[in-house]
Amino acid sequence: MIRLGLWLLGALLLGGIVHLATVLLLPSMASHDAYARVAAFAPANAVVPVPAPTPDRALMPFMDPAFAVSVCRYDLTRGPLKFSVPISQAYTSVSFYTRSDIAYYAINDRAAGRRVIELDLMTNAQRADLQDTEEMTRADRLIVTSPTNNGLIVIRALTPEPGWLPAARAALTAAQCRPQTLG
Amino acid sequence: MRLLFGAIFALAIAAVLGLGTTWIALTKGTAYGGVTIGAWTAWPKNGTAGIDPYARAIVARTGELPVGSGDGIAFHAYSDDTGQPLDGRCNVLVSGITPQARFWTLTLYDPQGRLVANSVLRQGFTSQEIIRKSNGTFDIIVGPRARPGNWLPTGGVERYQLVLRLYDTPIGMATRAGREAPMPAIRQGGCQ
Repeated sequence: MIRLGLWLLGALLLGGIVHLATVLLLPSMASHDAYARVAAFAPANAVVPVPAPTPDRALMPFMDPAFAVSVCRYDLTRGPLKFSVPISQAYTSVSFYTRSDIAYYAINDRAAGRRVIELDLMTNAQRADLQDTEEMTRADRLIVTSPTNNGLIVIRALTPEPGWLPAARAALTAAQCRPQTLG
Repeated sequence: MRLLFGAIFALAIAAVLGLGTTWIALTKGTAYGGVTIGAWTAWPKNGTAGIDPYARAIVARTGELPVGSGDGIAFHAYSDDTGQPLDGRCNVLVSGITPQARFWTLTLYDPQGRLVANSVLRQGFTSQEIIRKSNGTFDIIVGPRARPGNWLPTGGVERYQLVLRLYDTPIGMATRAGREAPMPAIRQGGCQ
């Protein structure tokens, strides 16, 4: 009887370990997460429009149909990235996700305070290598540091009424996401 | 021999228990750190780097991207104010006001997060599209048959959820009570 109890106790402990291990390991092993879905059609370091979600087809679940969406799948291994998007009439936001789909930063048009959201994206190491020149410490220069080399920039423009869609799309078409030319 | 049986028995129980609890945790819900106001629940931490391991695993499994906390916040409702699950064959009245935000959107999804097909191609409302009453409140009727006013069609599906997203809003991690964030009431009426 005691022996059975011990085996049961061991089984419970082992079960707990299996549970924790699977929960913690799943994000790194998921093959159909948002990043993988984007990587299937978007080249690195380019802004690509995401088709609007419909009942039959959507890039991912829980997309807000009131938004026009573009995405930039970034790769910082060769150097920092320059990103810019003109703001649309209603509401524009730029969200940053790591390779494992963690939202680590998001900014909207009001926080940017200008007609264009403009920023530099780099890793912590690249940020440390930057010379603190006058250009770099300019007050309105926005530098975002990515915890990972790869990730997603999701650019979203609200269409408060269906008629606003062309304007929102146009703003997103003008978005840029390209490797920085050092000089 | 007894040792062998014992070990196989223990390993089998551990595997069933471990994998079973993981499956339940990832499919049945996200219990941690939710902010519940009325029938609505949001997980503000999911839009930050402080997202908990369970929510991370759920996001990895479903393939969704949580709304970033600098962008906005998403409140989900699966049932009405009395706790009855939302039924697409019934008329549901969503009424009242929303918390402070520059824009909001209300969208209807099936339990898996897909949009629901309907004849008028309407999946939701934005704060700008809605018709309000003179005192600033609004009534949205969610139901299977066309109604005058703000009608959000359910397509007659059995189960659905409503997602109210607030954009550019002070509502977030620090929000706890309904006084700070007055969410619209959800009342379920007659069914067909």
